[in-house]
Amino acid sequence: MQDMLSKLRSITNDATLNPAQKARYLSLEAENSLAYPSLDAETQRALDERVICDMYEGHAPYKPRYVLPDYSVVLRDGSDYLELPVPETLDEAINTLMIAYHHVPSVTGMPVYIGQLDELLLPFCEGVSDDALYEKIKLFWRYLDRTLPDAFMHANIGPSDNRVARAILRVDAELRQIAPNLTLLYDPQKSGDEILAIAGENIAACCKPHIANHPVHADAFDERGYGIVSCYNVLPLAGGASTLTRVNLKEVALRADDEAGFFADTLPHYLELNFRLTQARVDYLFDESGFFDSFLVNEGWVDRDRFTAMFGVFAMAEAVNLLQDTEGREGRYGFDEVANALGHRISAAIAEAIEARPLDKVWRGHALLHSQAGLSDDSEATPGVRIPYGTEPDPVTHVQALAPHHQYYDAGISEILTVDESVTNNPEALVQLCKGAFASGFREFTVNVASNDLVRVTGYMVRLSDIRKFRDQQGSRTNTTVLGAEAAEMTGILERKPRVVSNELSPGYGQ
Amino acid sequence: MNSPRATVSKILTYSIVDGPGNRLVIFLQGCNFDCTACHNPHTIGECNHCGDCVPACHADALSLVDGRIVFDPLTCDQCDDCLEVCPINANPMVRDYDVADILELARRHRPFLSGITVSGGEPTRQLGFVVALFEAIKSDEALAGLDCFIDSNGYLDRSGWESLLPVTDGVMLDIKSFDDAVHRELTGKENRKSLRSAQLLHEAGKLYELRFLLVPGVTDGDDELDGLIDFVAGLGGDVRVRLNAFQHHGVRPQALEWEKMPRAGVGKVAARLRGAGINNVVTPAVYL
Ligand code: SF4
Ligand code: SF4
Repeated sequence: MQDMLSKLRSITNDATLNPAQKARYLSLEAENSLAYPSLDAETQRALDERVICDMYEGHAPYKPRYVLPDYSVVLRDGSDYLELPVPETLDEAINTLMIAYHHVPSVTGMPVYIGQLDELLLPFCEGVSDDALYEKIKLFWRYLDRTLPDAFMHANIGPSDNRVARAILRVDAELRQIAPNLTLLYDPQKSGDEILAIAGENIAACCKPHIANHPVHADAFDERGYGIVSCYNVLPLAGGASTLTRVNLKEVALRADDEAGFFADTLPHYLELNFRLTQARVDYLFDESGFFDSFLVNEGWVDRDRFTAMFGVFAMAEAVNLLQDTEGREGRYGFDEVANALGHRISAAIAEAIEARPLDKVWRGHALLHSQAGLSDDSEATPGVRIPYGTEPDPVTHVQALAPHHQYYDAGISEILTVDESVTNNPEALVQLCKGAFASGFREFTVNVASNDLVRVTGYMVRLSDIRKFRDQQGSRTNTTVLGAEAAEMTGILERKPRVVSNELSPGYGQ
Repeated sequence: MNSPRATVSKILTYSIVDGPGNRLVIFLQGCNFDCTACHNPHTIGECNHCGDCVPACHADALSLVDGRIVFDPLTCDQCDDCLEVCPINANPMVRDYDVADILELARRHRPFLSGITVSGGEPTRQLGFVVALFEAIKSDEALAGLDCFIDSNGYLDRSGWESLLPVTDGVMLDIKSFDDAVHRELTGKENRKSLRSAQLLHEAGKLYELRFLLVPGVTDGDDELDGLIDFVAGLGGDVRVRLNAFQHHGVRPQALEWEKMPRAGVGKVAARLRGAGINNVVTPAVYL
């Protein structure tokens, strides 16, 4: 108790956090003083040893990790609960969204999904000039960054090429803000080369947007669609993910005698324990928390049946290299065909196990596999199935080494390709790399341009200049800078050839 | 039929600085200039199998067999010691490729490629190979859409270009100096041929980019820059001019006496060219 009180005290007195950031950390401490949903002893031990992990989501899941509202509902019907009339003009539509966002919970307390913005706003754009549209989007963008300063917040545009998408790309490159994060859904049949070329120029300017392989994602979901949120999590629209749990493949490999034992026993064992952990957390959310009685469900923004459970894996690189060692093989992950193939086999085995293991109160009855990009306290564990920082080969070799994994990761997978600054003279190269990556089976294309102040920390952006300021104790307006600074210290991100990190969430204060 | 072969010093399947988009780049060994400022001097010479590099290799990757140098890529650890000792700026690690080898490589990487560039060395010295390669690319269905570029010093006469141009989409042409005396001093050759090539390529609509290397105190003086401006004006029309900055990376000892060209210096020259009406000036993004 004394420990806890002194921790609360240090949060309240931390000069580098603003009041809202303090309130969030205080609430996390309070939640985590409650008992955990009950787990069997084996699962508990694996969790304590962090072979499996709950992302420190909190002891009492009272909201889903990610909520992807179908905002077309509130734009079409207004909201009784929020006392919002049906919007008729573009200003009213944007205003409705701005209000709506503040009522969408997530693990960070900020909305992670702000909608398929072009599709949502296009119906309101008739009679609005391009100049007016640009000005309105610009104000909207500034509002988002200043009031919801979290780079996990994610906007989607595409796959059609349209006025709203173009206005957003123009504003985004001009303002170079951390928030919101942005993904262009690309479909070679629908999008056309022009918008992809604009996206290439934007990436050269500010490392945004990500580009998503729309046909592949669309195939993995249903008519109601999907959304891309946070760091490349791909989830059912009008639903989301109840929880994200993850397996540290390095820790699993450390507990295996050899490759055969890994596949026959160790891996299946820990996958099963992670299923149990997932089910316990989902049960609490559905059966105890009362979340699904909220207006979001009652008004049809989300559907109770459309929440998946994300099954994350990470430290593939370390796992493969450990197994290579036990088998007396020298080849390293990312560089050697045998090592790469072993990695692909691990992904396939996990996907198969997920297919074979039903879960209750989960969309389609099974979890969705996700290549998990890390936490700020992961050290010596490479995010997802990525190649370790600072050792990545050139982008083409990089894509070719990892592409075969992508087919298995319906809930999202991303690699960060590092491209040097010369590309600012040649953004066309980014377009070609993207096409090559998609033709090879990549689900997502993300680039970090070496010289940019805005850099990626897994899926979110931080400003290097902000990290420097934060370290100098001046505090940061944006939540992700705190994570970026932690990640920079813990995981050696700035060592990455250019410099990028990976991690998705800060577990709590001082961790 | 015998497929033409070429001596290749290096192949890149990812390059964003050798023409538009991402390119497959084939560096051909051997050059007809001997530029003091060359950033890849070991691509200049052609091996005469003297064997001097054999004892320099700590990995036993080199040997002389029947009077010819033999290189074992599997034991080589890319230390580049052999390049240092070669008295004629040659490279014992070059490999022979035929057109089919390159086509196969291009097919494997096709989705990632905007095009293919032959560079060097001076690629036009292996003219027959380049023509055969480009012809083969243009008639290969799987490679449709790849454009074919050449990175050249321009030391090629009209008939040479005439055989190349029908299958070439663009040329990046380096002019080392607009002053013939300086050019001879820097390269060992006159500049007339290169200037004529630029003219001819521009008229044919194939001059993708005119490149000029800025060496402080050597090629960044008023006369030189006026020469560049006048030459571009004389070509007429829109010419893309790429300024390169002399750096120390890779150059031979005698070039280390020159200073590196800083970003600010390049910026100044670029502003001057723009002021003189050259709108399309490209400057390097990276300085080492
Ligand atoms: S590479 Fe140079 S040193 Fe080696 S054998 Fe050839 S000419 Fe002689
Ligand atoms: S680069 Fe290769 S061949 Fe040359 S000296 Fe080093 S190990 Fe030997």
